[in-house]
This record gives sequence, C-alpha cells and structure tokens, in this order.
Amino acid sequence: MDFNKTAQQKWLKRKQGGLVAKLSNDAAFVEFKRVQKSYDGENLVVKDLNLSMPKGEFLTMLGPSGSGKTTCLMMLAGFETATHGDILLDGQSINNIPPHKRGIGMVFQNYALFPHMTVAENLAFPLEVRKIGKSEREKKVMRALDMVQMGEFGGRRPAQLSGGQQQRIALARALVFEPELVLMDEPLGALDKQLREHMQFEITRLAHELGITTVYVTHDQTEALTMSDRVAVFDDGRIQQLAPPDELYEAPGNSFVAQFIGENNTLEGVVTKISGNHCVVTLDNGEEIDAMPVNVTHAGERTKVSIRPERVEFNKERLHEDAHTLKAEVKEFIYMGDIFRFRLSVAGNDDFIVKTRNAPDAVKLKPGEIINIGWLAEDCRALDA
Amino acid sequence: MSDATQQDAPQSNGPVLAADGTPLKQSLARSLRRQKLRALILIAPLLLFVILSFLVPIASMLFRSVENGIVEETLPETVAELASWDATSGELPPEEVYAAFVRDMVVAVDEKTHTRLGSRLNYEETGMSSMFRRSGRAIKKLDPVEDAPFKEKLIDIHDGWGEVKTWATIQTHSGKYTDGYFLNAVDMQRTAEGPEMQPENKRILLTLFGRTLKMSLIITGFCILLSYPVAWLLANLPMRISNLLMILVLLPFWTSLLVRTSAWKVMLQQQGVINDTLVWLGLVADDARLVIINNQIGTIVAMTHILLPFMILPMYSVMQTIQPTYLRAAKSLGATNWTAFWRVYFPQSIPGIGAGSILVFILAIGYYITPEIVGGTKGVFISNRIAYHISSSLNWGLAAALGTILLAVVLILYWAYDKIVGIDNVKLG
Repeated sequence: MDFNKTAQQKWLKRKQGGLVAKLSNDAAFVEFKRVQKSYDGENLVVKDLNLSMPKGEFLTMLGPSGSGKTTCLMMLAGFETATHGDILLDGQSINNIPPHKRGIGMVFQNYALFPHMTVAENLAFPLEVRKIGKSEREKKVMRALDMVQMGEFGGRRPAQLSGGQQQRIALARALVFEPELVLMDEPLGALDKQLREHMQFEITRLAHELGITTVYVTHDQTEALTMSDRVAVFDDGRIQQLAPPDELYEAPGNSFVAQFIGENNTLEGVVTKISGNHCVVTLDNGEEIDAMPVNVTHAGERTKVSIRPERVEFNKERLHEDAHTLKAEVKEFIYMGDIFRFRLSVAGNDDFIVKTRNAPDAVKLKPGEIINIGWLAEDCRALDA
Repeated sequence: MSDATQQDAPQSNGPVLAADGTPLKQSLARSLRRQKLRALILIAPLLLFVILSFLVPIASMLFRSVENGIVEETLPETVAELASWDATSGELPPEEVYAAFVRDMVVAVDEKTHTRLGSRLNYEETGMSSMFRRSGRAIKKLDPVEDAPFKEKLIDIHDGWGEVKTWATIQTHSGKYTDGYFLNAVDMQRTAEGPEMQPENKRILLTLFGRTLKMSLIITGFCILLSYPVAWLLANLPMRISNLLMILVLLPFWTSLLVRTSAWKVMLQQQGVINDTLVWLGLVADDARLVIINNQIGTIVAMTHILLPFMILPMYSVMQTIQPTYLRAAKSLGATNWTAFWRVYFPQSIPGIGAGSILVFILAIGYYITPEIVGGTKGVFISNRIAYHISSSLNWGLAAALGTILLAVVLILYWAYDKIVGIDNVKLG
C-alpha cells in the first residue's frame, strides 16, 4: 500500500490513544446532546444519548440489532428527526437542516448504487447536483476511482460489478465530494470474510489518509475493534461504554460490555471483602476468588465477575502462592491449531472457557481431569450483577 | 494446449465424441429428447385448446378479409366470358357474356346463392343487392337455350344490366382473392381503373382509426398521470394501509364492466350527478349544463377510470422493488427532494410506466363496450365499427380486414416500443 510513513506513524500514534486524547480537547466536531428518539410515542429507541467526537476520529457504533445504533446514524444523516435533544455538527445545531444540505457522505448497507447509471455517472452525481463544471467533475471522478483502485471501471453498470467492487464504488461516491464527515452503515455486511478483512483495512487507510471524521455502524465486534479509534457500545438505547478498543476489551465497564466484546467467563457471587483495588468474592457454591472491584463499592453487594479465557492460569507453577484457586473439571478439549481451547466446569458453570497458546511447553489437559485454576486479581473484574 | 488436456481429448480436431463413439452433440440431443417430449406432453392439452379455440378461429376470420371465391363460384361462365371484355371501352359486354350470365343465374337461383352474391357485390356498388334479388325471379323463367338473345331481355328486367358500371364491378371483383376489403377498410375502393379514394361522404373508417389511436393515447396519458402517485403511495406506505388501498384499487376488478360503465352514464349525463352538483353549486347555469357524455369526453373519462388498475398494478410492482435507500443515498449526496426523485427514482420506475402503458394502450385500442355505451357517435372506436359489420351489416370480410389492420397497428407499435425503449425493460413484477 502506498500511504506514506508519516501517515502511518500518525495513525499508529492515534491507535495508541495519544492523538485522540489531544484531539478531544479541541472543540467537538460531532456532538449528540441528550438525544432521545421514539417512533411510536411509547417506547424510546434511543434514550438520552450523549456523544462528542473530535475531528478526524474514526468512531464505531457497535451493538446488537435493535440497540439504537442505526437510528443514531440516521438522525445524524438527517433521515430521522430526534424526538428530543440537539445534534451539533461543527458547533451548529443541524436538527432543522435537511439531509441534502448537511454535506455528509454516507455508505449504505446495500451500497445503494444507482442501477440505471454507470459507475462514473454515480460518482458524478453528487458533483453534478453541486453544479461543478464538467471538466473538474471528470477530474474528481477519476481521482476518486483511482483512490479505490477502480480506475478502469467507470463505464460499467453497478450490476456488472462484484460485491467488493460495488463496495469500493459506494465508498468512492461517498468521498468524491470531499465531505468532512462520512457515515457508514454496516458497509461490509454483505461481503465474504476475506474480502471484508481487506476492505476493513482499505476503509481505515482511506479515512486516516484523507483525515475524514468517520462514524461507522456495525454489529461485528472484530470490525469495531480493528478499525476504530474509539468504539461506542450500544445497548437498550444507551451507550454502555465509549472507549478505545483495547480499553474496551481489557477493562469493560459493565457486564454487558464484558459479555458483548470478545469471549468472556462469568461467575456470580457476593462481595465479602473489599479494600482499594482488591476484593474477595464468595461464589454461590461458597468458594472464594480474588477480583478487582469495578462496579461494586461495599461488601455484601451481588456481582458478576468477568475473566477473559486467555487470562486464566492453570499451570500450577505460575500461580501466586497466596492466590485463591478454584477446582475445575475439564469437560472438553478443542484443538484450534494456533490455540488450545478447554471447556471446564467451574463453580457450577459448565461453559467456563480457557485458552492457551499452542507453545512447545503447553499443557494438554484431558477431559475428566481435575485441576486448580487461578488468575491475577486485576484480570478478574467484579462488575454489576 | 497443455499435455494433460491433450491426453483427455486425443481427437482435438474432429467433433467431440461421447464414450460410446457417437458425436457428443448427437448423444446430448438424444438424452434431451425425452425431456423435451415430456414437456410437450405436459403442455399439450392447453396448446390444443388454444389452437382450436383461439388460433384457428382467428386465422379463419382473418382469411375472410382476402377471400373472394363467391363471384367465381356463383358465376363461373360469366367470369370466363368477361375476361376478354375491356371495361374502359365504354361499351356493354357482348351477347356471349349475357348468355353466360343467364346460364349461371339459372343455376344460382335454383341454389338460392344469387342473393348472397348480391350482398357481396353491394359492398362495392350500392344497389347490386336489390338488383340481383329482383332479377332473380325473372331470370329463372328464361330458358338458357331457347330465349336467346338475352341482352335486351335483361335490360328490360332491370336497367342496371344495361350499365357498364355493373359489369365492370363484376369483372373487377371476380378474382379468387381480393384486396377490396382492405381498400374499403381504409376508405378506398377498387374500380376498373384501379384503387381510388371513396367519395367524401362515405369516408369514415380512417377517421375512426385516427380517433381510436388518438383517444387511446390520451387515455394512456391520463392513466399515467393519475396512477403514478397512487402506485407510489401503495409502494411506500406501511403494509397495513397500503393493503387497504390495494383493495380499493382492485375493487373495480370485482365489479362487472357493464355496471361500471352504466354508473358513468348516471354520473355524466346532463341530468346526472356531476351536472346536478355543479348547477347546485352555481358553477354552471341550469340551461347550460355540460355535455360530457355521448361524446369523446365521456369515452375518455369512463375508459380512463376502467383501465386505471392496469396501469397502477405494473407501476406498483416495479416501484416496490425500488429500495428507499436509493432516495436516501441521493439526498445524502446533496440532491434536493425533486432532483432525487427525478434523477434517481423516476428512471428506475420507467419500466413500470412502460409495462402499464403498453397494457392500457393495447386494451384501449380494442375497447368496445364502454365507447358503445358512453361514446355516442363522436366517441366510438374502430372496434364498434367492427362489431357493427360482424353483427348488423354482416360484412365479415370488411370486419376481418379492419381487425387485421388493428392487429397490425398494435404489433407495429409494440415493435416500435421495443426499438425505442426496449421490451426487456418492461416489468410486470
């Protein structure tokens, strides 16, 4: 790929959160202020949404279907009106601005390429309605086509293109009139896995190269984690957590996020001891474990503790001497090539998953074996019940 | 070619052979024959039914537009004798023709075919029918051998036999096939000098053809204008409401055509609902009630209403396939509502308009009942004339010729549409 080194560095820096931290001090480019949306006057699809995005950020709205993420996108694009609250673009309220005057590029789920126009005509459309002269129009169309490596396809009809090619054209069409904000509504949903991964890379590359602010909607968490500067996890009409991908995965703010992002083991119990960054949780079967209090404040509270499968340790030598351990029975061993996956029965939970890397010294457990498992207290988060 | 493929197909120059050595094409055809035969057997009942009840009657009807055996069959000797007579000379045919005519007529009167011949020739020359009928009885009394010569006697029986025109008509129309009906159908006639226009006061059919085409176009146009918004609503409203609307659109289909047309009679007549309402509102004076029935307005209004569903349904089914995201995409790209509609939605709905227009226009061009009831004399179509010739004047040859022309016009228009818009652009769903 031909993007230069400084852009790469900039991108890497931003990935690490440095640039975002700096940018978020600037005036917000896109802002949702106490936005609510109801379609039927009885149920709120979006409940009290507050969100602020700096310029140039790639933000993903992630959530299960019906969580309100697409509605938010449509409100931003102007196809739905907010029932309550303000949406600001570059400091101005856009509640009363019709979609065609917002100047927001949009990529739709099914691409929505106009079937009766050629690819070039599709791309020229936004320029035509902006009354841009023919020669400049052609130049811009050509540039946009080259940008997505589709230079020779200008004369084709959308129906003559493959899914991936259509996707590129849809992207080029959303970018050809140089919008500052681009919205993408599950743009990769219809592609096969390999193509999807390739396009994920293409989209982030373009977005960062061109410095566009992007709002990306998806229900695919891998997509969200790999592409975004920040991810807003939606559920039940609210943002459950808004954080960079690594923070989202490693430090989920509540049990929904912990469950929704990545693979997760949950154990339920009651907090019995709490002191600073450490607490002891007594599980429902009486066993005790160490955890880090996140959403619990005092002893006696019910909690769900969450442990990532790769943070569970069952190699006895590697465990702390004073760490609490749990008895576990191996139920199943799944060989996945690069990793081993074990299903254990722990404290009444039969779906406790443990993963280890396929290293030369890896322990291969057999079904039926009884072992002791443990973890570092900071890897085990005591969340809301 | 690589080595591997050469091994697979050693005789790359000759025809590809199947495993048993027969050419692959032949063995493929044989294996498909069973399938084709089974398909044919499955459709055979319908095919037979269509052929017997539809294609054969239509073909035989269309054949009547050129068939003209009756003159030669009824007057074989006369036709033979007339062949050597020159009608343009201005002289009556020689005695031999008269003698042959009497011999033919004696036979014809015996078999009672002379009146049919009379009606046939009457299409070409008014008065021939009564001439044949009245002469028949007198000629029967003549003896073909003893009463010669006949020239004077025939002229005594009817003056018509002493006119060159009479014999010229017989001569002109003595062929086995004729283009006379087609000429008549376009207001022309065949005379001894060749085809020429009919006298001004007898020209009516060309006007009718023109009117039929013009009014069908107007009706199609109105249908497009009225249907487009309705179809759009149907395609875009929530399912529950659009289903209700759909029932309203389909309602006319469940009502007899005759009832609907009669309803328009009630609505449109001078003492009808519309005029009464307008008078009551004071928009129209009582002594100046609008004439909106028994003329072209009546036909256009009633037929537009009756044909609307045929426009709405194809439009609806096409519009249903146009995703709303196209409009959204257009707007997100900066198009106003109108531009988005005109540049993005409308072009995609054209196949529906095309399908609806073809359907409505072809139905309209052959419409018969509605113009008959609400059209008066000014609002009737060519099909009303065809019906008249079929059932009243019994000039089936002319009716067949008119029908053939109508069919040809429709096919030509269909072809033109295919050339201009492309028939594969038409979608019925």
